[in-house]
Amino acid sequence: MNLGRRILTSKSFATLALSFSLLSEAALAQEEFSVFRSDRINALITVTLFSAAVLLYTRWAKQGKPLFLRKIAGLDAVEEAVGRATEMGRPVLYIPGIDDLDQIDTIAGISILGRVAQITAQYETPLMVPVRYPLVLAAGQELVEQAYILAGKKEQYDRDTVRYVAGEQFSFTATVSGYMMRERPATNIYMGAFFAESLLLAETGNAAGSIQIAGTARPEQLPFFIAACDYTLMGEELYAASAYLSHEPIMMGGLKGQDLMKIIIIVLIIMGVVLASFGWGESGTVFKSWFQAV
Amino acid sequence: MTVAFFLNEKTPYVGDTSNVLLDWLIIIGGFTLLLGVVSILRVSAQAIQRKKEGWPFKIATIASVLVMAIPSLLPVSWSPLFGRFEGSIYDWVFVNLQAPMMATMFATLAFYIASAAFRAFRARTAEATLLLLTATIVMFWRVPIGEAFLNLFPGDLPYFINKFIMNGANLAVQRGIIIGAALGAAALSLRIILGIERTYMGRG
Repeated sequence: MNLGRRILTSKSFATLALSFSLLSEAALAQEEFSVFRSDRINALITVTLFSAAVLLYTRWAKQGKPLFLRKIAGLDAVEEAVGRATEMGRPVLYIPGIDDLDQIDTIAGISILGRVAQITAQYETPLMVPVRYPLVLAAGQELVEQAYILAGKKEQYDRDTVRYVAGEQFSFTATVSGYMMRERPATNIYMGAFFAESLLLAETGNAAGSIQIAGTARPEQLPFFIAACDYTLMGEELYAASAYLSHEPIMMGGLKGQDLMKIIIIVLIIMGVVLASFGWGESGTVFKSWFQAV
Repeated sequence: MTVAFFLNEKTPYVGDTSNVLLDWLIIIGGFTLLLGVVSILRVSAQAIQRKKEGWPFKIATIASVLVMAIPSLLPVSWSPLFGRFEGSIYDWVFVNLQAPMMATMFATLAFYIASAAFRAFRARTAEATLLLLTATIVMFWRVPIGEAFLNLFPGDLPYFINKFIMNGANLAVQRGIIIGAALGAAALSLRIILGIERTYMGRG
């Protein structure tokens, strides 16, 4: 797993950089060779600002400054939903998306799985985690085992809790849908990257009478989850979920840094609207090229 | 990789680092496929051994894995039925069995959309009524007969629906979610890089 962790960390670097790669879209091609990509300086400045904001709030959190976080109903419902499964004597189904571990959505889904597995271990509720990629399988198995150890229930850990079911999208969907109708899990949790199968899974879970909590950062799949699930985490809430469930001030500091960045972007959007409305900031100005890149 | 992102790809030693690392990832990812195969075979074999409900289907699962995997791994020089080219066993099973089954699964989505829409579009509150009206207008606009009907009225109604609903309210909300999600992804990446977030490794 050490190798897997190293890959994850290196992928995180890539994701961080690529998250800001949109900033460089409007840049011109370089004609002369230079060591640094001058067209990506705007991305560098944004990354630096963002990192500074996150580190600042994390530092404040370490010093014990109180940080307010709004309630996320979907996450508050997780423990209640697992409790319901325990009372009914039925399993909890957790799907960490259907993408590979090099996607940040999957990493977020896997992180939340750790928290959910701790709760299921405490309640001694059966957990089923179907996955579509072997790397997710390896990471998920490690994570769930650690969660059971932390909960002091190592002997109850079943290695096949996290299982590889199929490599193809609709083969995976068929397998999981069949499981839902046969086993009728009391709680279905979908957290991660979902595509066309989102509604197939959520509607099947709804038909099976399960309480459903979903979270995805893909806007095109959100309406399906909202229509078919009891709670839905939208966009950034998915990435915040792990920190939110941890109740650790240090991790919450990262979320506050993110909020500061959001305020800066909102101010930039308002400035852009004002400039565009008054006819300023037409082609060629620094603000417009920067703003379009953002 | 972050540093390499800001450097020219032609910079000696460091410029191409990220591409090299990504190549390594692909190679390692290929080997991990074995983990998945072992997992699916073990779970299925246990179900057969314990005669769990539906165990005959597990025999079909194991047989399918073997039928797809073994002939595709054997060299084509032994027989044209081996390998993954046209005319091979792998190709025949994929084209005639797997692809139609996946297409069937995808096709059922239409029925699921209908049932979800029926539930979502019930006009129980003012917001739900607004959603119902908007969805009706957009669906009407998206089907040819609806567009033909809208064109009977003066003014370019389809153009206004596209401009104000799809490229106006809808796009604005989507962009808001995308910006928030991009920041959330970047914040999570930072937490992982800095070692603040370690839950993906099973640490609290």
